[in-house]
Amino acid sequence: MSAAPAPKAADGSAAYIGRFKVWRGDADGGELKDFEVEVNEGEVVLDIIHRLQATQAHDLAVRWNCKAGKCGSCSAEINGQPRLMCMTRMSVFAPDETVTVTPMRAFPVVRDLVTDVSFNYTKAREIPSFVPPPGVGLGEYRMRQEDVGRSQEFRKCIECFLCQNTCHVVRDHEENKAAFAGPRFLMRIAELDMHPLDAAEEAGLDRKSAAQDEHGLGYCNITKCCTEVCPENIKITDNALIPLKERAVDRKYDPLVWLGNRIRRR
Amino acid sequence: MTRVERHTYDVVVVGAGGAGLRAAIEAREQGLRTAVICKSLFGKAHTVMAEGGIAASMGNANPHDNWQVHFRDTMRGGKFLNHWRMAELHAKEAPDRVWELETWGALFDRTKDGRISQRNFGGHEYARLAHVGDRTGLELIRTLQQKIVSLQQEDHARCGDYEDRLRVFQECTVTRVLKDEETFRAEGGRGGRVAGVFGYVRESGRFFVIEAPAVVLATGGIGKSFKVTSNSWEYTGDGHALALLAGAPLINMEFVQFHPTGMVWPPSVKGILVTESVRGDGGVLRNSDGKRFMFDYIPDVFKEKYAQSEEEADGWYADPENHRRPPELLPRDEVARAINSEVKAGRGSPHGGVFLDVSTRLPAEEIKRRLPSMHHQFKELADVDITAEPMEVGPTCHYVMGGVDVDPDSAAATGVPGLFAAGEVAGGMHGSNRLGGNSLSDLLVFGRRAGLHAAEYAAELDDDRPRVSAEQVDTAAAEALRPFSVEGGEPGAPGVPAENPYALHQELQQTMNDLVGIIRRAGEMSEALHRLGSLRERSRSAGVEGHRQFNPGWHLAIDLRNMLLVSECVARAALERTESRGGHTRDDYPEMDRRWRKTNLVCELADRSGELAAVDPSAGQIRLSRRDMPPIRGDLLALFEKDELLKYLTDEELGT
Amino acid sequence: MATTETPGPARPAEPSGGVHAPGRAAIAARHLRTDRWWLAPAVTATVLTVFVVYSTWRAFANADYYAAPYISPYYSPCIATDCVNMRGGADLQIFGPWWGLSPALLVLIFPLGFRLTCYYYRKAYYRGFWAAPPACAVAEPHGKYTGETRFPLILQNVHRYFFYFALVFAVILTYDAALGFRDAAGHWGHMGLGTVVLLVNVALIWVYTLSCHSCRHIIGGRLKNFSKHPVRYRMWGWVGRLTAHHMALAWGSLVMVAVADLYVYLVASGAFADPTFF
Repeated sequence: MSAAPAPKAADGSAAYIGRFKVWRGDADGGELKDFEVEVNEGEVVLDIIHRLQATQAHDLAVRWNCKAGKCGSCSAEINGQPRLMCMTRMSVFAPDETVTVTPMRAFPVVRDLVTDVSFNYTKAREIPSFVPPPGVGLGEYRMRQEDVGRSQEFRKCIECFLCQNTCHVVRDHEENKAAFAGPRFLMRIAELDMHPLDAAEEAGLDRKSAAQDEHGLGYCNITKCCTEVCPENIKITDNALIPLKERAVDRKYDPLVWLGNRIRRR
Repeated sequence: MTRVERHTYDVVVVGAGGAGLRAAIEAREQGLRTAVICKSLFGKAHTVMAEGGIAASMGNANPHDNWQVHFRDTMRGGKFLNHWRMAELHAKEAPDRVWELETWGALFDRTKDGRISQRNFGGHEYARLAHVGDRTGLELIRTLQQKIVSLQQEDHARCGDYEDRLRVFQECTVTRVLKDEETFRAEGGRGGRVAGVFGYVRESGRFFVIEAPAVVLATGGIGKSFKVTSNSWEYTGDGHALALLAGAPLINMEFVQFHPTGMVWPPSVKGILVTESVRGDGGVLRNSDGKRFMFDYIPDVFKEKYAQSEEEADGWYADPENHRRPPELLPRDEVARAINSEVKAGRGSPHGGVFLDVSTRLPAEEIKRRLPSMHHQFKELADVDITAEPMEVGPTCHYVMGGVDVDPDSAAATGVPGLFAAGEVAGGMHGSNRLGGNSLSDLLVFGRRAGLHAAEYAAELDDDRPRVSAEQVDTAAAEALRPFSVEGGEPGAPGVPAENPYALHQELQQTMNDLVGIIRRAGEMSEALHRLGSLRERSRSAGVEGHRQFNPGWHLAIDLRNMLLVSECVARAALERTESRGGHTRDDYPEMDRRWRKTNLVCELADRSGELAAVDPSAGQIRLSRRDMPPIRGDLLALFEKDELLKYLTDEELGT
Repeated sequence: MATTETPGPARPAEPSGGVHAPGRAAIAARHLRTDRWWLAPAVTATVLTVFVVYSTWRAFANADYYAAPYISPYYSPCIATDCVNMRGGADLQIFGPWWGLSPALLVLIFPLGFRLTCYYYRKAYYRGFWAAPPACAVAEPHGKYTGETRFPLILQNVHRYFFYFALVFAVILTYDAALGFRDAAGHWGHMGLGTVVLLVNVALIWVYTLSCHSCRHIIGGRLKNFSKHPVRYRMWGWVGRLTAHHMALAWGSLVMVAVADLYVYLVASGAFADPTFF
């Protein structure tokens, strides 16, 4: 097969003993523990964590599921960078580099690499759901591909919560958690607002203003870390957050649009 | 009595994949208080891995499609071992279940005129799979998840509590289905109505009991018993084992689907799925000689339906009316066996698979648009650009057709009042082999039915609700805690190290993979049963260190019980069925035998008390029996040509 | 790391808030990044500072901004009576002789506002100057953060009005660039290196302006159903392709506008003679 093999270790063999620092502990405290683990060709960080579990630390807590970058369970921070462990290949590190693995640092830790991500589920509940258009029956939905494309991009989200973890609004300011939905759920608002058949407006719900007034869109200062860490490469800032900010401007700060709407309604 | 957290609900759904969530939505919409228990986080269930699509005869791509055609394809795919009534309900109800998702916010890919786009898939006569790129499972799970949130928002608006009538218990594992105190005793331990579930919270290790008269099992499959699998860690056969332990039988356990195309390199991702859509959208299989070998593997029963030459096959993508289908789109069992044969004949790829090539078939941009997550997956995990070079693929354990024996209409498990099963954990629907795309529709159709009938069952009980006995809870707790008290190989023998659950698990996977894998022989399966016996014995001394808080070693030690039970079912049933059919291929009985067509193999717990401790290890824990299938209804048989039926049904069945 | 020494309303690094909030994994370091994460904000801050210093000097200089036929983009349109006479140029004498300061100050506020409220520059200076955050997953030094929820930063929402002005300016600069095809005496049929400089400058101004996120929104982003507006949908697609390069265009046009001004300055001050092609 033409696949490029992983870089060889210094001695020419594909396998080597890698040095790792893995955070172990719980809410009461913990520390980075040193481990030396075998690393084989083609492996990812999650493989190493599993080998640690099977051979050296049977009770090392880690959350994972599909191991193919599709479920978004194994979020952690690798050398300080928020990443999915299953999608971080060991070949991006030099064999003599010490790789540090810690839990996500914006959420309370449960144990070892597992964090309490309930913040995200709380926020998910606060976003008003899709409002089906009244009077359109099963099988009668008609939507053009170009009209669903934008929302489809956001629905690629695997809810790994790396964007929520990276966003400094809550990562660095615990007190903002109550007021700020986070990139993932602001993107959810954008997704629904761009849904061609969402009937929220007809039902008296203005998602655009609500994004700013109730879900903390104004806290976002578009510094794009959410986009940088997204493993699905969703352009969260450019395609969801900024358009949502512009939509909020339409509603709240744009007399031209306001005037235009008034005239057209006549 | 053991200290446990207690809850009371009307319906408990074990599992939060497609079937579980759909069941929970239905039960809640019937007005019942419903709990959903999931092993991982809400929204992470293995359903997200489904890529290709949801099979439903909406007729958007081809107006000739209807439920009868879908029914026919399903029966053919399952080699007529499907429960005909399930296949019928499935084909009839799938379109509504898909359309329903749209009203909950799902965004499928669209046709030019704005309807749901449908794609081709193996075994389906027409383009039938509603899809979203190659991440349909994610769309399905997210839509159901968001529907649940929307129901919770309704409750919040009504009474201020999101979880008033629908609550999701995340990262919890159920280890026992509990039975009604009175009937449990009266019927000698085995019978009795369901009274709830016992389990532990993964995060804290605390035990909980949810009392509920109706329990829906929707736990998915068993793939983690095999070494090379596309399944996640959750797939340890929990629901299968829970049903057995509760006294319900399993059927068709010998039929395990090996998906023809899993990744084979690098080793750490071996088994991860490569979606069938690659072939549906034009990808072809080649051996190391560069030959499209599938033309050599078209079985007689499919001869008329598949192209005999490359020209004819290539014409089909653009003009399916006047061409026959390419043989790459044969049902999965056929393709998996063909790949296996090519590799055995020495015509495999460098890492022991064959080549799946889409790079020479479609422009790069088109590949990225149609198969974005495959492109991403190979780029990230294998450093392969599928728009420029072929993929290397080989069979991987993907799906178990067997499962809990259920009533087709109500999804109620046989013999255990209050127990229901839907999705992969239920058996019968797919016969001996499942068609791609039929699993997602299965989840929706029977998930809804299970939720509906569980709700009806629970509602009818009124005050006559079952009660959980303290004794059962104590027993379940002791069973779950045993890995902590194991000292050595022999209980009470100090100095002998306890068995490592990870090592036991690896041995189990190796055993099943090597001896009860894609091609089976009587001798190997007997050997497998022997090894399973000794693994079972050793698993009793599987010990763990640390404490109960999020301890994966402990979790695995508990799951081993389930995997061993299910593996024994697979091995016993596979040894018994002396023919090859669908997901069961015997080297020593390579032909399909019409006389086996109407026989289901039924697995039950040998010790009827549900106590595993008392069983003699060498004898095994599973008792196997044969059972005749109900005859297929006349009007459904009439959908097939007589000639075709002759290949499957015996003369007596055809009344000739 | 460097972040602990950042001046301003800095919060000491003791375990209290942010990544050290109670309940989170107890890791003393404020970040564990091993790459050169500080490089990007440092470069951003440096280049922006150089630009601001240079532009402030040039804006206040009130000299050497016209070297016929070239006008510095800093001084166009020139709308005070004391502007030098630009043959056919955009000198509009709106402000009387009472305006004693440099005429550049009257107009620069618009492009300045456009860039200041630009969605890309916001990221650049929030990271580079404010360290909010300095880089992803690197703890910021501030004790409190309210983002763009209140005055003055809530004013960032007026970006689209600056965009409308920016369009006007782009038209004027296009006109200026066209005038570059005349010679010093006002006859058409000239082209010098200055012409090329102004052309490149105005081209970058245009693509930067059109790649603006507000522009993308106004063109089509605000629509719910693209299929009902096929023309705007297509334009939205084009603008979107530009928007993807908004950062590169922002830097490119920023550097180029300073270069264009510098070129005019050098020619006007006699330090350099404009090479003429024809």
